[in-house]
Parts: sequence; structure tokens; C-alpha cells
Amino acid sequence: MLERVRGDANSVQLRDHLAVEQLEAWYGDSHVLHGVQFKVRPGEVLTLLGRNGAGKTTILKSVMGIIGKRTGSIQFEGQDISRASSDRIARLGIAFCPEERGIFSSLDVRENLMLPPQVRDGGLSLDKIFDLFPNLKERLTSQGTKLSGGEQQMLAIARILRTGAKFLMLDEPTEGLAPVIILQIGELIKRLKLSGYTILLVEQNFRFASTLADRFCVVEHGRIIDQFEASELPANMEKLHQYLGV
Amino acid sequence: MQALYAQLLVGLINGSFYALLSLGLAIIFGMLNIINFAHGALYMMGAFCAYFLLSVGGLSYWWALVLAPIVVGLFGILLERTMLQRLAGLDHLYGLLLTFGIALILQGVFQNYFGSSGLPYAIPDLLTGGVNLGFMYLPIYRGWVVIFSLAVCVATWFVIERTKFGAYLRAATENPTLVRAFGINVPRMIALTYGLGVGLAALAGVLSAPINQVRPLMGADLIIVVFAVVVIGGMGSIMGSIITGFTLGVIEGLTKYLYPEASNTVVFVLMVLVLLVKPTGLTGRAA
Repeated sequence: MLERVRGDANSVQLRDHLAVEQLEAWYGDSHVLHGVQFKVRPGEVLTLLGRNGAGKTTILKSVMGIIGKRTGSIQFEGQDISRASSDRIARLGIAFCPEERGIFSSLDVRENLMLPPQVRDGGLSLDKIFDLFPNLKERLTSQGTKLSGGEQQMLAIARILRTGAKFLMLDEPTEGLAPVIILQIGELIKRLKLSGYTILLVEQNFRFASTLADRFCVVEHGRIIDQFEASELPANMEKLHQYLGV
Repeated sequence: MQALYAQLLVGLINGSFYALLSLGLAIIFGMLNIINFAHGALYMMGAFCAYFLLSVGGLSYWWALVLAPIVVGLFGILLERTMLQRLAGLDHLYGLLLTFGIALILQGVFQNYFGSSGLPYAIPDLLTGGVNLGFMYLPIYRGWVVIFSLAVCVATWFVIERTKFGAYLRAATENPTLVRAFGINVPRMIALTYGLGVGLAALAGVLSAPINQVRPLMGADLIIVVFAVVVIGGMGSIMGSIITGFTLGVIEGLTKYLYPEASNTVVFVLMVLVLLVKPTGLTGRAA
């Protein structure tokens, strides 16, 4: 019955925020995802773990619709988006922060921040964003790529928080950053979760992910080979070491 | 001295056309990654559009300034939607061949119906006559072309560098995939951008009609020089195209005064020199 009340906030609350089934994806001729299956519940932080090249980023790109070819089912808030274009997916309320951060060098910091259009009500105001990221306020007229790596990461996250999207996909937000910045990003993600955002996180830094995630999915060779709750982490540490080779 | 000023004015006028055309080429190249060889033919269509608006529709020059860029711009959007968009991601050579083919077809069709000789287009009443500036006689229409072109170039620069639409355009030039993943309809923007660049060419065509007459091959002659201008200025730089366009027009004019034999080649000599010293062009960034 819930399927029929599309758009009703309660139905969204009860369902999975995102449900991926039998997802296959290709880069050109090479078949990289082989039947990926997982669900993200509303308001949780789900972390995809796995070695380099396991297919974690490809999963995010497939959800976002920016991969050459994909098949299978991707349900977002009950709607199938597996055939939708990426601009439409973004407008439904999924925001993506890519691994390479994607700060535009021909835009200044303010333009970078204001670039993504608002897709829903309830995005953070500029004041709120400057509270969270005071550095950005001081550098509004700088060229986007003149910021430090940490500031660029902050900018990349800040600009998607403006859009009102409540489902965030963050691809390795801590990569290449100093420990003190990593701590800040960890704090930020905790605050976002408390304010009700749903977060799908890809992370190599297991120690970082383990402090944030509610659940973990392990990706290997383009499949989800294992998943468990944060509370089951201690019991699964040995298996994890094997999966990740750490 | 009179002769020098006269040649400088001719140079500025040619420079206006170079600037408007190379600006459009730069915008198109930045967004579509296509070297638009059809640009000269679309410039010609702008002039013909003005001619038809007047002879068939009875609509004046001023209407043509507004309508011709829109009509030809829409034609450009049609070309982009039906053909150019299929070349996305392919080698430059394909875009070059396709747009060159389109140029040949357009020019051939117009030549078939209108021959090679020029059709007259009168200077609008408001802009006829001239003023004596003391040191030279300035035909009002020619002064208008220079000032209006400059204003259009500055306005285009402003739109691209200082507005939200321009920010989308610059961002999509850098990383179209990500811009689209933010919810912006990039394919539609690409079509609009092509329409904008083509519209600028058509506008130049309208401006040119009273000076150079309306001829099917008017663009073919001009576009070769414009490509040299673009190479000198650096593909993809907005301000670079504008400044280089006007400057080279003036240099050409100066050469006509100082050493007329070289006036047709000076731009190409400069192109060779610039390519030897700075292969990306004066204002271009390395790819």
C-alpha cells in the first residue's frame, strides 16, 4: 500500500532511502559491477569499504547516473532511477561529492559554492554554511583551486549542503588530508547525521569510517560480499582484515 | 595622414568582425570542443537574413539586428541537436569535417539561388552620412559598427565572466559530467551555447551587410583570417579573442598604409610567429 502513496513523507520514512538491486555497470567494454545489492536506511551513515579498484566509486557513480552503462534496479525514495539522467537524479535529491572534489578552477569560491541549484527546500543558508566553514567566508573571491586541499574538500561538501538534498554520497572525503582536517570532517558528518541526513560514504580510511558509520558494506570485485552493523564490528574485525588486507 | 586614419578605421571595422566571429568560435570551442568551420556560412546567413527581412518582410535594419541572430541562432541549435551533439567525445577531426561540410552545403545552396555577385543592402537612414572630425572624415555607419561590436563583445564577456549563466557555462566547459550531476541540464546548455556563438556570427553578418554587400561567399573569405586570429589569441579565451580580434584588424590596417603588398598576409605571418613562440596562442592555456 505504501508504494502507492508516492511523495508522502511518511512512506519515505518507513522505506529504504535507497535500494539497489542486481546493479551491473560497465566502463566501455569492461564489466565492473556484477549484481550489487544493498539498501540505505533513512538517516543512517552507510560506509562502503573495499580495496582500491573494488568498485566502490563505481557504485556511487552508477547511483548518480554518470557511468556509461548500467542495468538493474535503483530505487530512491521509492522511485526507480536506474534509467534517469544525472541531472534528473540530482533534482530528486541526491547530492554527490566526488573523490577528486571537482572544484572548478575558472570559478571563484563564491561561484563554486553557489553553482549547484537548489533542488529542495531546507538547504543550508549561506550564514549557516559560513558558521560551519569559517575559512570559506574569508576566501570567497579566491580562485576555487587556489584553496588548500582541506578547504577544497570543505567547499565541495558545503556546496551540496546548500541544495537541500538530504541524501549525500561522499567519495573518500578524507583522502590526502591532514589529521586535524580529517577530524573536522568527521565532526561535520556526525552533525549532518544528527540533523537527519542520510549519508552513503566511500572510505579507504577504515579507522575514520569506523567512528561514523552505522553499517558497513564490503565491496570486492564489483560485488557486495559482506555487510554488518557497527555494533557487530568487533566480532568481524578478523574477517575485515582479510577483506581489506590491512 | 588622412590615408593612415582611413586605413586604421578600416582596420577597426575588420577588427570588429574578427572579434565578434572569434568570440563565437571561442565560446563554441570551449563548450562543445568543436572547431566550428560553419561559422563563416552562418555569418553569411545572418547577412542574408537581414536582406530577406527587408526585401520580403519590409523589416528594417534595426529589426534585422534583433531577429537575424535569433533566427540563425535557432538554426544553429537545430544543427547542434540533430548533428553536432552526436560527435561529443570524438576526435576534433570529426567536428571539423562535419562543420566544414555544412559550410559547403550552405554556401552552395545560397550560390545556386543568388549567384556569386553581391546583393545590395542600404545603410539605414539614421546612420547615413558622416562627420568631419578635423583630422579625418568618419562615415557614421562605420563608427557605429565599431562601437556596437565593442559593446556586444563587452556584454558577452560580462555574461560569461560575471553572471550565473556564465558560471554554469565555465563550469560545464571544465567538467560537464559533474555540472550535470548537480542537476543542470547540460545538453540543453550546450545547444544554447552553440546558438549563442552562432547568433554572434549572424549579428556580425547583419553589421557587415551595408558595408560589404550580401554574398554567398562573404563568410568563406573572412573565416580563414578569423581562424588565424583565433589561433593567435588562443582557443577558448573570451577576452583574448576580443582583444586579438580588434588588435589584428588594426595591425592589418596599419600594414595597408605602410606596405600594402603585405596586408593580406600579415595576419598569417603573425600566426606563424606566435605559434613558434607560444603554441597555445597569446592568451591560451595549455590543453
